Amino acid sequence: MLLRHTPTEVAERNALTINPAKTCQPVGAMYAALGIHACFPHSHGSQGCCAYHRSALTRHYKEPVMAGTSSFTEGSSVFGGQSNLVSAINNIFTIYNPEVIAVHTTCLSETIGDDIPQIASKAVEEGKVPDGKHIIYANTPSYVGSHVDGFANMVAGMVKGLAEPSEMRTKTINILPGWVEPSDMREIKRLTNAMGISFIMYPDTSDVMDAPQTGTHVFYPKGGTPVKAIQASGSSAFTIGLGPLCSTKAADLLKTKCKVEYSITDIPIGIQATDRFLMALSRASGKPVPESLTDERGRVMDIITDMHQYLYGKRVALYGDPDQLIPLTEFLTDMDMVPMHIVSGTPGKRFEKRVNEILHAKGIEANVRNGANADMFLLHQWIKNDPVDLLIGNTYGKYIARDENIPFVRHGFPILDRIGHSYFPTTGYTGAMRLLEQILGVFMDKQDRESPETGFELVM
Amino acid sequence: MADSTHIPSPEKIKEEILSHYPVKVAKKRSKAMVVREKGSDQEIQANVRTVPGIITQRGCSYAGCKGVVLGPTRDIVNITHGPIGCGFYSWLTRRNQTDPGPDGANYMPYCFSTDMQDENIVFGGEKKLKEAIQEAYDLFHPKAIAIFATCPVGLIGDDIHSVAREMKEKLGDVNIFGFSCEGYKGVSQSAGHHIANNQIFKHVVGRNDAKPEGEFVVNLLGEYNIGGDAFEIERIFENCGITLCATFSGNSTMGAFERSHTADLNLIMCHRSINYMAEMMETKFGIPWIKVNFIGAEATAKSLLKIADYFADEGLTARIKAVIAEEMPEVKETLARIKPRTQGKTAMLFVGGSRAHHYQELFSEMGMKTVAAGYEFAHRDDYEGRKVLPNVKVDADSRNIEELKVEADPERFKARINEDQKVRLSRAGIEFEDYEGMMNQMEDETFVIDDISHWESEKLIETYKPDIFCAGIKEKYAIQKMGVPLKQLHSYDYGGPYAGFRGAVNFYVEIDRMVNTKIWKLIEAPWDKKPGITAELAAV
Ligand code: SF4
Ligand code: SF4
Repeated sequence: MLLRHTPTEVAERNALTINPAKTCQPVGAMYAALGIHACFPHSHGSQGCCAYHRSALTRHYKEPVMAGTSSFTEGSSVFGGQSNLVSAINNIFTIYNPEVIAVHTTCLSETIGDDIPQIASKAVEEGKVPDGKHIIYANTPSYVGSHVDGFANMVAGMVKGLAEPSEMRTKTINILPGWVEPSDMREIKRLTNAMGISFIMYPDTSDVMDAPQTGTHVFYPKGGTPVKAIQASGSSAFTIGLGPLCSTKAADLLKTKCKVEYSITDIPIGIQATDRFLMALSRASGKPVPESLTDERGRVMDIITDMHQYLYGKRVALYGDPDQLIPLTEFLTDMDMVPMHIVSGTPGKRFEKRVNEILHAKGIEANVRNGANADMFLLHQWIKNDPVDLLIGNTYGKYIARDENIPFVRHGFPILDRIGHSYFPTTGYTGAMRLLEQILGVFMDKQDRESPETGFELVM
Repeated sequence: MADSTHIPSPEKIKEEILSHYPVKVAKKRSKAMVVREKGSDQEIQANVRTVPGIITQRGCSYAGCKGVVLGPTRDIVNITHGPIGCGFYSWLTRRNQTDPGPDGANYMPYCFSTDMQDENIVFGGEKKLKEAIQEAYDLFHPKAIAIFATCPVGLIGDDIHSVAREMKEKLGDVNIFGFSCEGYKGVSQSAGHHIANNQIFKHVVGRNDAKPEGEFVVNLLGEYNIGGDAFEIERIFENCGITLCATFSGNSTMGAFERSHTADLNLIMCHRSINYMAEMMETKFGIPWIKVNFIGAEATAKSLLKIADYFADEGLTARIKAVIAEEMPEVKETLARIKPRTQGKTAMLFVGGSRAHHYQELFSEMGMKTVAAGYEFAHRDDYEGRKVLPNVKVDADSRNIEELKVEADPERFKARINEDQKVRLSRAGIEFEDYEGMMNQMEDETFVIDDISHWESEKLIETYKPDIFCAGIKEKYAIQKMGVPLKQLHSYDYGGPYAGFRGAVNFYVEIDRMVNTKIWKLIEAPWDKKPGITAELAAV
């Protein structure tokens, strides 16, 4: 047994987190920053955080993640990191020549209380920031919230640092995609294009974190939202933010700063969340949903109705980030599957309420917990008490899946041991098909592996 | 590899690399880049601060402490005291394998953290830490609990050591100790190694005087069992009749550490991360140490023979020779098959604190040349040899890392060999307490670069077009995008083992795959290839 010390009996813990279902803010900020074209993420703190965040993103994407660190030493920790950051800014513009440096803080610089905007303006005063180049920033203390908040804070940092207020209103719609994979960003753009809508989306990590092999390392790959587009988002007609935790902050700031009205809807995972996204697009643009998308929807419905027997009543445990788990839970219950245990390390009161609303509508009572001590150790214990047929979550779930022999679908961050998430979306109707294919695949593989020879099926 | 007639002189390349930097940066980096002149004593700048903003390979002291030295020991509950990230990222990401058997304790698949929140930062986290220790104890009743301080902990002034003492006393049957390995200490992972060595030496080594049975008892230091390397070395030792008391730290247990002072010889693999432990064990218990290297089949054989010479026992020597004779045919056979395809190819190695040196052995066995190499977090002695130690300046960043004052143990000190024997053995070529460093082995006009930056590696690759580049996960995909295969020498790209005889065979096969695959040739689309395929197509 890999997790041989996990007892079945649940004892409440107050202080010790075991096998977390979240990580820290800066990694989200770094990921978001990679979604701006020619942006250099910078970690203001000691080297370790930056090394860890780059490694985590690199393992997840199998792509280069170029980022800098202020390389604090004991001295900078005592006297503050101002001189480190100012020289880092100078070095970065000289050596790597980005359009934007996106600075995020770490626990260390937050605890010291370094004032990033003040340091950034000092760098400007000292002529360390070339004309037309930008520094944006986000405060990302990891002792508050989780990686999801780090992402949200950096997207808000883009609005704060780049979006320009304007009297003019264009017909353009802003889309804040939330923390989704490059494949999903691509899919969200495809859906919006299919609606014939002119839009600005940021961040956009497609063509950055899924860059092609060309034999040349392009330091700033061709993807990422151009700075100009983010600047222009201040004149857009409307903003649609996907995922309340990931996108509300930025959408709200864009409203305050540039008077762009907004609505927030779920990340389009599954049938109904995709429906809502398309309707939000339709409402904001006045354009109808085209037949091609209705057809895509129909194809998903076709798979579900055809394969319903394999889905009906299947018990599921899932863990990950609130903005994904909410629509995912809804999708599972739509297919008559039964989420039994749901865990997210990311705090926030709304999560439990939303998930329970979805579950209660189907008469399901489940174990749902998020925030402090809501971790994978607890999830595993719940599973030991009430076994499930399917586990959905990031790579760390494979230890539970193997010990308990549970079919396992990888979803979320990080996925360290499979490819696919960067290339095949799980959002939109296409994404729903992929999820279905994966879920059905693991069920059927298990059946093929474990059914008695007499009951071995050719056709399924 | 690029046609060597078109490569500018190394000094020129160095100049070109530096010219891209701001003046201050260029000045600093210049001292970390050495163009090798064989036979001369060259100085390299190492173990100094990384330039802020530069893309570095380095991590932090916490990573060096928790991740490297303590991580591979399976029966300790390692609690990270800090916000969630540090613990999360060091959770299972280093591939240290371990074999606890069907029901031995193994906490390595778990991540334990106090997940500090803002109220803990404001009001202090000691209370939460105590509670966390209690909860870990109630759940697992482990033999030992270790506490690792992350950056904010040092700043807010939590005293993890007094918490450790208090809880150890309170709980009674569990060894509890802390590591002040805040990430800002020192300039890299290296500080964390030192801190880990100190605390393990203070709190664990020497707690059990029962010597393991066996005539030739050794410890293996600085072997972390990535990809099963330690398993392979264990296999060889067993065949040779060498008793392994403890490995610091791979496939290791608290019990083994506790009695490690009973061994008669310490064998050092990774000098950088563990030489402190060897020094302290020598001073306190009288165990001599020698540098070994089990990376490379020849190097393995040589290291085994050193052990034989040390124990000077005919039976052992015969057995070791027999093992080598038994293992070598497969090595030779594989090499005969592969060497014609690898001969003359070139490699660059930028990694860690010892592997950039050790792996040159394997490459040279394959007839491959190392054209550039450097460490991520080593010190000058790892480059220039321990002979420079008296001249190494201790700067402000290193001065704060505690040097334990160690004295001979009044009862348990026992010189394993006397001075005469030592002199005789060193005449026979066994260097005690010595390491000659990487540079000595490197050919003329090769590059030695400490703490290489992304910019520097990119320029080196552009110029030399090596057949393979060895580094870590952060470098892997950028280098491969340049069309050069990258072998990870931290994680082995999830392969291995590469130590010992079987490891060498694995490595030959792996490198042959990497440097000889034709897949890279397929990268360019046919219509992008010159001359004008598109025109041809259009004409059809
Ligand atoms: S939790 Fe804080 S200190 Fe730890 S890696 Fe994240 S930002 Fe760095
Ligand atoms: S530098 Fe500090 S905060 Fe960052 S990972 Fe290391 S210990 Fe944690």
